Amino acid sequence: MPANNKKRRGCIVKQQLAGDEPVKLGIVVLEGPYQHEAADTAYNFAVAALEKGHEIFRIFFYHDGVNNATRLMVPPQDDRHIQQRWSELAEKHNLDLVVCVAAAQRRGIMDEEEQKRHGKDANNIAPGFRISGLGQLIEAGIQCDRLVFFGD
Amino acid sequence: MSEVKNFLYVNRKAPHGTIYALESLEVVLIGAAFEQDVALAFLDDGVFQLVKGWDTSELGVKNFQPAYTALGDYDISKIYVERESLEERGLSEDDLLELTYEDEDDDWAEKSSIRIVSREEMAQIMRDADVILSF
Repeated sequence: MPANNKKRRGCIVKQQLAGDEPVKLGIVVLEGPYQHEAADTAYNFAVAALEKGHEIFRIFFYHDGVNNATRLMVPPQDDRHIQQRWSELAEKHNLDLVVCVAAAQRRGIMDEEEQKRHGKDANNIAPGFRISGLGQLIEAGIQCDRLVFFGD
Repeated sequence: MSEVKNFLYVNRKAPHGTIYALESLEVVLIGAAFEQDVALAFLDDGVFQLVKGWDTSELGVKNFQPAYTALGDYDISKIYVERESLEERGLSEDDLLELTYEDEDDDWAEKSSIRIVSREEMAQIMRDADVILSF
């Protein structure tokens, strides 16, 4: 690949991040809710980025991060509801929340289609989330100015 | 999606005990189909992923080490291993898997994919990457 192009693009991104020019972001959540702060910091980062006028191309959930997507979580009433928080943010800003299918299958995160395919008696995916493949993560890397990982 | 980006997969965790290494490898293998410029970095406990001779029989988990040796078949020819991480763990290049690729610019000669780099060089490799996937 031509080195000049690469350098030029790198500069553009740096300028964008230095100033207030909006950038296109991909966010990757690698850890489960409540167990690990990464699910909170990813959310706070997303909120802050949107407030600043940046675009969020996609939020991708991988590893135990897929557990953010179960609508069956029932945290204590005086605690934050991590799934609802994601679903509300997605609805408000029309965000694309993607759960990795391979990681979801291992951990029992199902939508209706997966439920039928695997002959299970229930599904648990929350509103605003969709299950898809790892290609969605790679595509985010290609399309975004920055791909930001939250995890250990 | 016309422009090729430099993807760097950063592997920092031991192969067993958590699922990070296995699921990272799954991303690498899927990502190979997207025809980007891909490199892998191994540092910290991640260097243990490349130590040859895994025996997972008593762990009750699948031995996925053969997948690393297949990386060359996925056109992945740049595997950076941090020297300091090896030394801190009493390891050397001799302890690592032989990972090779066929160099299409050199009559498909089989060459080692592993490049031992210093911590300083690793920092530069990260600076040069367009996309860092950190597992």
